[in-house]
Amino acid sequence: MTSVPPSAPEPRPEKMRVESLRAYFGDALALKGISMSVPERCVTAIIGPSGCGKSTFIRCLNRMHEVTPGARAEGAVFLDGKNILGDDVDPVDVRRRVGMVFQKPNPFPTMSIRENVLAGLTLNGIRPPDPARLVEESLRQAALWDEVKDSLDRTGTSLSGGQQQRLCIARCLALEPEVILMDEPCSALDPIATARIEELIHELRERFAILIVTHSMQQAARVSDFTAFFYMGELVEHGTADVIFTKPTSSRTEDYITGRFG
Amino acid sequence: MSPFVRKKVIDRAVTVACVLATLVALVPLVSVLAYVTAQGAAGLSATFFTGLPKPVGEPGGGMANAIVGSLVVVGIACAIGIPLGVAAGVYVSELGGGRFAKLVRFAADVLGGVPSIVVGIFVYALVVVRTKHFSAWAGGLALAVIMLPTIVRTTEELLRLVPASLREAALALGVPRWKTTIFVVLRTAAPGIATGVMLAVARVAGETAPLLFTAFNNRFWAESLGDPTATLPVQIFTYSVSPYDDWQRQAWAGALTLVVLVLVLNLVAKIVIQRRVRSR
Repeated sequence: MTSVPPSAPEPRPEKMRVESLRAYFGDALALKGISMSVPERCVTAIIGPSGCGKSTFIRCLNRMHEVTPGARAEGAVFLDGKNILGDDVDPVDVRRRVGMVFQKPNPFPTMSIRENVLAGLTLNGIRPPDPARLVEESLRQAALWDEVKDSLDRTGTSLSGGQQQRLCIARCLALEPEVILMDEPCSALDPIATARIEELIHELRERFAILIVTHSMQQAARVSDFTAFFYMGELVEHGTADVIFTKPTSSRTEDYITGRFG
Repeated sequence: MSPFVRKKVIDRAVTVACVLATLVALVPLVSVLAYVTAQGAAGLSATFFTGLPKPVGEPGGGMANAIVGSLVVVGIACAIGIPLGVAAGVYVSELGGGRFAKLVRFAADVLGGVPSIVVGIFVYALVVVRTKHFSAWAGGLALAVIMLPTIVRTTEELLRLVPASLREAALALGVPRWKTTIFVVLRTAAPGIATGVMLAVARVAGETAPLLFTAFNNRFWAESLGDPTATLPVQIFTYSVSPYDDWQRQAWAGALTLVVLVLVLNLVAKIVIQRRVRSR
């Protein structure tokens, strides 16, 4: 594993900024006013106990939250300075710029590996100029190419769980997003597959802003430059991973990362 | 008897009971097929498939017009019923969470329980009385109405089986909702929906009652879709209740043809669907 914890990150420009974000499921308030900033080319990990709003938070960042019936969000989420929660913004455009990888690998079962990689384009009626190259590049970036290059016509679901997850990452990369959201991408995977995804995150952070929700404190410590601790729909603490994991300011953060609750 | 031995005995007994029940359930299926084949084979001949019915008393003749008529009427039913039914199923499952969707679902269930002869009368009043003509159109419409509830409900149920994670995967790739529904959700459920549709088609292909006063019957070739049209089930009915030996023999042959026709339709549909799914 090349999971060397990143040293104190140099300041990076801001890619996304969240201001007073409140998210509802019907009448239930799931996020109670979150404000934080997401820097360019860094990994930000979101940690916290189940039900604290971690997933809801990142789902607000590509407007997937509102897909759930009865769910809505208030406040502002800026992407390159533009509020993507605004009424004038098409969620479809946001989702092309802010890609998402889910907890459970979800390749399209009716499509081959190749078609899965291209799905984001073909389903939108876009014909890439050089599909073969795009497939290879995306799969290489997702560290899957060597394993599947001879079987691109097999269905995506014939791969192992870890490979499926990397296929989903390749599918996301093929759209050339600017930000990648990962919602517990390793929780359905074994330790070896997890290690591969973590290596991959290390490589991808050179080019993208990455937000990762994780239940594993070790994972957050390994992969993230910044870590945010959520509790009961609130952002308790947000800072560089070093600080959060070694000298947290809030006692609740300390209790959580030392395993006293959650 | 020790508890372990008792468990084993019970296990055996239940297994045997299940096998017996399966065999009993197979008896009607196998015997119907065997009997129809035995009785029908005698009436089959080249003229049966190519000739028109002969007047009473003249031996020979065939059911060519009824075979083609059945295909035409069922074809019309498919052309109307499948798109409508699948679209309604998509609406109920994917788009309508509200009261109207519930109403549609309820209506489909009620319609599914309406006896087919009532559907026939309805189409008679709606189409035949107004156009003053029995026609293939009317017959096809009646069969379409009968197919509709099955197709709506199977479509809905199979779409529900498509995991929500696939919808989210597509939406998160910036695919608009309608494209997600058609190219991801519907496509994933397509083989199952097709099977349900084929069952509905097979069922209506054998319907007689709704055709009696819609497509009616015709001893000759129907010249257009607006003419009374002979169909296999109605022809079988007419011939089998007649007192003539020759007609009764032909009725059996017609029954065998109908069974084989439905079987072939089913097989072809299955093969085509599997090919398409695998080639993707």
